Order: sequence, then C-alpha cells, then structure tokens
Amino acid sequence: MFLLNLKIGFFLALRQIRRANVWTTGLIVFVMVLTFLNLVVVSGILVGLIEGSIAAYHAQYTGDVIISNLNNKKYIEGSPNIITILKNMDDVKSFTPRFSTGVIAEANYQTKKDTDKANTASAQLIGINPLAEDEVTGLSNHMLEGSYLTPNDYDKILIGYFLLKQYVTIDSPDFSALEHVYVGSKIRLTINGVTREVTVKGILKSKVDTIRRGLFMVDSEARELMGRQDNNVSEIAINLKDGVDPITFKQKLLLAGVDKSAKVQTYADAQPQFLKDIVNTFATLGNFLSSIGLVVSSITIFIVIFINALTRRKFIGILKGIGINGKAIEISYIFQSIFYAFLGSAIGLVLVYLVLVPLFRAHPIDFPFSDGILVAPLAGTLVRMWLLIVSTIIAGYIPSRMIVRKNTLDSILGRN
Amino acid sequence: MIQVKNLVKSFKDGQTETKVLKGIDFQAQQGEFIAIMGRSGAGKSTFLYQMSLLDFPTSGEIIIDGEHSHNMTSEQKTNFRLTKCGYVFQDYALLPELTTIENVVLPLLMQNINKKDAYQKAKEALVRIKLGHRLKNLPSQLSGGEQQRVSIARAIANHPKILFADEPTANLDNESSQAVMDFFLQLHKEGQTIIMVTHEEQYAKLAQKIVKIDDGKIISQIQN
Repeated sequence: MFLLNLKIGFFLALRQIRRANVWTTGLIVFVMVLTFLNLVVVSGILVGLIEGSIAAYHAQYTGDVIISNLNNKKYIEGSPNIITILKNMDDVKSFTPRFSTGVIAEANYQTKKDTDKANTASAQLIGINPLAEDEVTGLSNHMLEGSYLTPNDYDKILIGYFLLKQYVTIDSPDFSALEHVYVGSKIRLTINGVTREVTVKGILKSKVDTIRRGLFMVDSEARELMGRQDNNVSEIAINLKDGVDPITFKQKLLLAGVDKSAKVQTYADAQPQFLKDIVNTFATLGNFLSSIGLVVSSITIFIVIFINALTRRKFIGILKGIGINGKAIEISYIFQSIFYAFLGSAIGLVLVYLVLVPLFRAHPIDFPFSDGILVAPLAGTLVRMWLLIVSTIIAGYIPSRMIVRKNTLDSILGRN
Repeated sequence: MIQVKNLVKSFKDGQTETKVLKGIDFQAQQGEFIAIMGRSGAGKSTFLYQMSLLDFPTSGEIIIDGEHSHNMTSEQKTNFRLTKCGYVFQDYALLPELTTIENVVLPLLMQNINKKDAYQKAKEALVRIKLGHRLKNLPSQLSGGEQQRVSIARAIANHPKILFADEPTANLDNESSQAVMDFFLQLHKEGQTIIMVTHEEQYAKLAQKIVKIDDGKIISQIQN
C-alpha cells in the first residue's frame, strides 16, 4: 500500500509542480536558495575570517612545519645539527632559520628635549636570511613602502606598519607606535642595554601579527646586536614539497630526536590558541545562526504549503471523495517540498561553489586581522543541504496532514 | 444494494442543532435508476452524501453492497468509495492541474491497475462519452458540458456498483444536460445502479423511480 501511495503521491506532485504558477514556484525556490545560502554562507564567512588568518599565518610565518625553542630556552640548542638534518631530508622544499628577541625601538631620540617623552615601541626583532625567508614565506611580497632586504644590507631594517603611527590611528595608553618614521628614517634599537642606530629600508604590511609588529634585519647583523656568538637560532620555518603531509614530516623529525632540543609543530599546532578558540566559537555561532535560518525556512515552507493546501482544500476533498488515499495526498505534498528544497539547494550549491567561493577567494573581505574567505567544505555543505531537505519535508508534511485530515465532504463543499 | 434505516443527520452551530434528515428509511435495488427530488433545503443532497459514504450520519444505519457503513474505518470508506462507487458532482469536481485522461486514470491507478491498462480503460471511458479527442486538454480548456462528461467518465471508468450523481445537470445548458441524461439512461440499460439528486422534473422523470424528500423525510416514492 505504501508503494502505491508513493506512486500516486508522485503522480499528483509532478503534475502540480509542472502546472503550477511559474512565479509562485520561482518565489518558493528563491526562498529556498536564500535559506540555503544563509545556512552555508553565514557560518562559512564567520569561519572564513579565522581560516583566512590561519592561512596567512601558515603562508607568511610558520611554513608547513616550524621548529622553535623549548619553552625554558632562549634558542634552539644544537641548531646547526637540526639544520643539517633538514638539508638531508628529501621532503623539505625550503627552510628559513630565524634569530628572534625583544627590542625597544625609539624614534625621536635625535630631536627630543629633556622634558619630552621618548617615542618608543616594543617589538620583536627577527634576524633572517633575506633570500631563505623570501623563499619560504614570500616576505618581499608584503612591502608597503621601500624595498626588501638583501644579504649584504648593513644597519638596515624592515619595519611592520603596525609600529608606525601614520598607519595606525589607535590612541590608547597601552599602544605605542613610532611617529614620523618613514622609509630612510633612522631609529634606535635597544637590546639589553645595547643600542644601535638603523635605517628603515622598507615598511611591511601584513595581517599576520608577527610581521606587522616585527622588525626584520639580516641575520648576521641581528646576531651581533643580540650579542650572540653561537649559531643557535630561535626558530626554523620549513616548507615541504607538494604532497608531503606535515604531520608525517613532524613524526620524522621527532624520530630524528629533534624534539629533545626544540619544539616541533605543524602549522596547525602552531596557531595561536586564541585563533583555535575563535574558530570553535565562530563555528558554534555560525551553526546557531544557521539553525535560526533553518527554523525560519521551515516556517516559510510550512506557511507556503499550508496556504497551498488550504486553497486546494476543495480538491483535496475531491481526491478523498473519489477514493484517493489520504496518505497519497500527503506524500504528494512531501514530494513538492522535496522538489522545492532540492531545487533551491542545487541552485544554492552552484552559487556557492561556482560564484561565491571563487569570488571571495579573488576578493577577500578586508578585516583588520585577516582576509576573510568563504569556507564551505563540501561534506559540511551536503549535511546542511540534507538538514534543509529534512526540515522542509517536515514543514511540508504537517500542514498537508492538517488539511487532509479534515472532513471530506466539508472540504468538497468548502464548509468549516 | 443499498439499505438505509432510520437515518438522521443533524448539524450543530454552537448551541443550535439543526436536523436535516429526520429518520429516513430507504432501499435501492441493483440496477435501479433513482431520482431524488425535493425543494431547496429539503435534505436531498445531504441524503445522497450519507448514502455515498462521503459524510457521517448522526445516527441510523446504512448497508451498502452488504457492508454496514458504521463498522467501516475512514480508510475503509475511502477504499469502498474508490472500488464500488462513482461520483458525479454538480460542479464537475475535476482536478485543474490534471488533463482529461489524467483525471479519469487517477482512481484507476489508485486501484493498483497497471499503468498501461489504466490508461487504456480511461481512454475507452472518454471515447465512450465522445471525448476521445480531448484526452490531453486541461479542464480549463473544456466547456461545462465537456467537463461534466469527463466527470462521468471518471465515475464509470472502472464500472462501479453504484453511480451517485448530485445535480449533474444543474450547471449545464439544455443540450449538454440532455446528453448527460441520455448517457445515464444508456448506463442504466446496461444495468448500472444510479442514484441521482435533481431538482429538474423533466430529468427526474427519466429515472425508474422518483423519491421525493421534504423537511428531511421521504414523502413519496413513485415508480415511473
């Protein structure tokens, strides 16, 4: 009997859809498309904000795997050995060792009077091999002004734009930035009481905090300024060849004993904890907003099907009158709901994957901390599509059942 | 074929209860063509709806084709209507989104007749009623008379035991009305049981028996 009802339900649904008013069908499908987009895009953008930040941190700072000093050490002991290991590993595409330390940068030391406050900013000084760094992180692509470092640069630095007052208009006692510092300006760096005057060669712009708040210098210079005689570095960012899994590579490093003197992390491990937390929070928030969208769409479909069934109450009565099983009539409305949800979702899928994802990739949303992209993994999207279809089926079934259950003759005669 | 005993139907509107049928006893034999007549509001259509199991009586007994209606569930009644009854309504009661042949074939498909046979039967019924050239038209593309003929084709396609007709000619012009009645007479000659409600005496006279109802009671049964 169920199969027969299914067959008759399909027969009725097909004809009702085929001969329905095109504008009405179009409007319902449009609502379904918007609902689908609401389900996928809202949470996708929220997660995409953070994913954009994570992707930038991966590409511009950590590489695929990053080796850094142990928490209780200032640098990686035995760095040359680790570098030798990396050089001998086939999986490694490129790597860049870095020296890093805290520094005070001062801008107005030449002009300030005794009564003036020193214009200083705390930052991280990072000593790099400009060529290796550029190969791993493409640092030279982030020049806002001036030019990138060369290995022979002496007393030259690149400075992150977040350390310069002209780019950052934050006026807070907790935030200090250097004033009137441009390409060619001289600033003074102080590390553990040792000072050196350096020239700003370029200004870096990035949404990765380490870059936009960092000072970059050729590694030999930085070591000298830090007073370091050894070759131990603070961190090594590694890019792997295509197809090499960072987790597998990390295991290889652990097997090689690198973890005895350094912390080995994949780019995912190395993300700041707050980013990981935000991803989870935004995903939850996205799901919450999507759930609201789902409820709204269910109510919309409920109303649409209810009005549809109500206006067709007489015909539902006739169908029952001539002996068509009520279940078959209900199933016909379920099929219609599935049609609307499926068509809406299909159009939504096309819009998401052929229009919105490429569009956001080409033109990310410019947020202060990231370039927001649209994250819409296919598996998650299909789950949302399934949710939409299920909720639509329920929303379509309930009103049709309400109308089908009414007295047959009352329906035929339009009596209440 | 149909036996009705002390049939009562009343409608409640708040505290007010209106008795429309006040204890009707009635019998129809197989192959009879019965016309039910009465003035407007007399209860003739209500009587037809009770007999044809489209409605629930307040009390009384209806035995139709040997089955007691009060023992039937709603689903059994629906199935009974599907397999044993045919209906012709005053306003044709066709489904607007189905073509002529689809309107006729639908109850046949619901009886699980295979698709090919069902369409063949539907086509035969429509050809018989001279609508073989209108199979793929929607109801909105047909005249009133044609729509009523589709309605009749739907009712007779699977040879029901009883054909119920509620004012089948009320919305039709004389020519179409006459065509409908001619067809009913032809069906009757073939042994079809027909129970028809009408207020038009010239068509009632064509029936084998005229049952007159007034104020919810049968006041006369005249054999023509």
